[in-house]
Amino acid sequence: MIPFSIDGQPVEGRENGNVLEVALDVGIEIPHLCYHESVKPYGACRLCLVEVERHGRKRMTTSCTYPVLEGIQVFTQTEKVLRARRMIIELILGMCPGDTLIQEMAKEMGVEQIRFKQEDKDCILCGLCGRICEEVVGAHAIQFAFRGDKREMIPPFLGEAMNCIACGACVVACPVDVIKMKEQGDERTILRWKRTLKMKQCKICGNYFAPWFQLEKFKEQAKLAKDFFDICYTCRT
Amino acid sequence: MKIQTKADLEKIKEKGLKSLYPKTTKVSVGMATCGLSTGAGKVYEVLQNGVEKDKLPILLGQTGCIGFCQKEPVVDILEPGKPRIFYQGVTPERSMEIVQKWLDNQVVDDLLLCKMEREDWIVEGVVKDYSLHHLPAGMDGTPHYHQVPFYSKQFKIALRNCGFINSDLIEEYVARGGYFSLHKAIMNMKPEEIIEEIKRSGLRGRGGAGFYTGNKWDSCRKSKGDTKFVLCNADEGDPGAYMDRSVLEGDPHSVIEGMIIGAYAIGAQEGFIYVRDEYPLAIQKLKTAIQQAEKVGLLGENILGSGFSFKIHLFRGGGAFVCGESTALMASIEGKVGEPRAKHIHTTESGLWDKPSNLNNVETWNNVPVILARGADWYSKIGTEGSKGTKVFSVVGKVNNTGLVEVPMGITLREIVYDVGGGIPDGKKFKAVQTGGPSGGCIPESLIDLPVDFDRLTEAGSMMGSGGMIVMDESTCMVDIAKYFMSFLKDESCGKCTSCREGTKRMHEILTEISEGRGTLEHLNLLEELGWVTAEASLCQLGGTAPNPVLSTIRYFRDEYQEHIVNKRCPAKVCRALLQYRILSDVCTSCGRCAKVCPEKAISGKQRTKKEKGKPFKIDPKKCIKCGMCFEACKFKAVEVE
Repeated sequence: MIPFSIDGQPVEGRENGNVLEVALDVGIEIPHLCYHESVKPYGACRLCLVEVERHGRKRMTTSCTYPVLEGIQVFTQTEKVLRARRMIIELILGMCPGDTLIQEMAKEMGVEQIRFKQEDKDCILCGLCGRICEEVVGAHAIQFAFRGDKREMIPPFLGEAMNCIACGACVVACPVDVIKMKEQGDERTILRWKRTLKMKQCKICGNYFAPWFQLEKFKEQAKLAKDFFDICYTCRT
Repeated sequence: MKIQTKADLEKIKEKGLKSLYPKTTKVSVGMATCGLSTGAGKVYEVLQNGVEKDKLPILLGQTGCIGFCQKEPVVDILEPGKPRIFYQGVTPERSMEIVQKWLDNQVVDDLLLCKMEREDWIVEGVVKDYSLHHLPAGMDGTPHYHQVPFYSKQFKIALRNCGFINSDLIEEYVARGGYFSLHKAIMNMKPEEIIEEIKRSGLRGRGGAGFYTGNKWDSCRKSKGDTKFVLCNADEGDPGAYMDRSVLEGDPHSVIEGMIIGAYAIGAQEGFIYVRDEYPLAIQKLKTAIQQAEKVGLLGENILGSGFSFKIHLFRGGGAFVCGESTALMASIEGKVGEPRAKHIHTTESGLWDKPSNLNNVETWNNVPVILARGADWYSKIGTEGSKGTKVFSVVGKVNNTGLVEVPMGITLREIVYDVGGGIPDGKKFKAVQTGGPSGGCIPESLIDLPVDFDRLTEAGSMMGSGGMIVMDESTCMVDIAKYFMSFLKDESCGKCTSCREGTKRMHEILTEISEGRGTLEHLNLLEELGWVTAEASLCQLGGTAPNPVLSTIRYFRDEYQEHIVNKRCPAKVCRALLQYRILSDVCTSCGRCAKVCPEKAISGKQRTKKEKGKPFKIDPKKCIKCGMCFEACKFKAVEVE
């Protein structure tokens, strides 16, 4: 383990680890939106800014992308950091004024008004859905498209996400809860990606429990027995 | 033939010298993109047909750009025993006239640019003098090349061969000292010695950041791993900047030679040139140059028989400005979306495919062979304390001489704008110069004596950048300029991180408000705050430098912003929403021209006829869309803009 300090408190991090995970582990709160422990740090939302002093030089950086290094001093509550975070959350709020989580975070940071023209987007462009889909699920169903302020997370060519297995990982991961899943009869739909898949029925309880397409893919990937997914998770355990 | 020894190289040099300075009269046309776009292709065709038809004793040649882009197409005539003569603005119709008159020992006066009295072979440190005798009559007054104001303060290292050699012929490159540095490096120097030499020369990265090249090479060499890459950044995307294009079109071998030397010093086996696809001619020239170098054994397996092997791949960029950023460039080569990543671990340790990678700009690589040939001591005498050597700038905008200029570091902006650039056209007043491209800053007249080097430009709130230099006069509105650059940057930001994507978007939004008369004084503070956050909190240097145009214009032209905000006036008369068009009734002759051209039918009056006097015309401000058509149309200066 590698020793360093956060706000004067001695801490330890694993090699190849990042500053944010260590801080969260020891209960030091740093606001963040695009960070998730199951995917690689990305550094998009810029909320987890901290100041890091190394070799006598102090600089502001995102703690999720900053590697654990011996002897560094991390400061999470300096005036500079707080000032920058306030502006970042105001920028996000201006983009997505309807997201409740963002409203709450802004309020907590003392941001009371939006000084920009309010937009009506809902996605904060943290990219977690796409990264989970790629790094964890391996489906590569959605991806960022376009540049600059036109950036958008979309299925290929804005059509149906043909690689999507409707597993719902993106639904769970989305910090602002704007990816909705709907189940009706034998169909599951991920609304945002325009993907609807037929579900399989459990041989024991008769419930529809997961999309066929997803189960076939998992079976193939994990080399499971042919009848492995005939029974739902609840009945099996 | 594969080159193995210095004698082999000398043989190629001899062949090249014969081709560069033949016994017959040689007429060369500058055929880089700037030349071609003004008709150099047609000029060449006409010359070719004319010379063939009359079987004239003339050799035709092609070269790159000699820098004076405004005067293209440039044609030069080289006859043994006489100085080299440059013609400017040659049209296809007049091109044969030049040749025929020359054969009759006459010149076409009105197209003469200059006569060249000497040529500097900078790599070898040799000056080739031309005889100034036997000139056609009437040429005494023609200025010498080194007296032409545009050229007089220039010092060409990077552009050493541009406009002098045919870049499709490797022998012409070798003739002017090319590949001898490579030979010296591989045969007589240890990699550490090369790095030491580059370090001592003080060469700093020409792509913009100005990192010390030798240090970068050193850390890449010392990084762990057997596979290493050297990369060349030719994704030149700044609006109005084309230094790299000119080097690649006019002298591609210089970049290749630099890369091979770098690869040998660093211990890399493969290299990539990332060149933007909008440069088709540069790509073609590079392809030819790589093939030629491979053919003679200067590139590829077992270079010069030394056992060292190095391969160069060309990679064409798809048109994203952000791909000029090192990590985005590498992601793009890897086949991923061109987005930057955090660089807490340097690319010299973990870059392309996580291997140690050394990325340098076109101009940086191009400087390397000269440094090795002339030595670090010679090189480090040029320039200032912290910035050594020369820098190529593309001087564009409101200046008399636009073109590519290469000047020693430390020259003042005044010298570049007034001496090299020839001052401001139409007797207007100089206002500012934007250096460093869209993420650079505007430097005002009060700082025009600022010496141009990396550190001084940064202190002034701008940056060296890759070398774009846009000159502005009193008719340029600084709010409008900041808005233009912000519009460029908000589109070209990759959009990954909040501060850059939203910051540039919001700065553009506020600038639009100000330029359309809805600005408030709070907007100024908000702009400064946004600028601070965008610079401090962004992931890469695109965001890190993006606020420069806004912050520097506020810093130096706050009055102009306030004028827009408080008095709703645009002093430069650029921001359309703030303009008022008015017809001066005592000047108006009632000709009715303005009413005819007005697309909104906002102008009314009584037109005069032969029989009757008319009544002065009037503009209805409610209908006026401020297009300026009436202003342009009026021959009597009766339309006033306020």
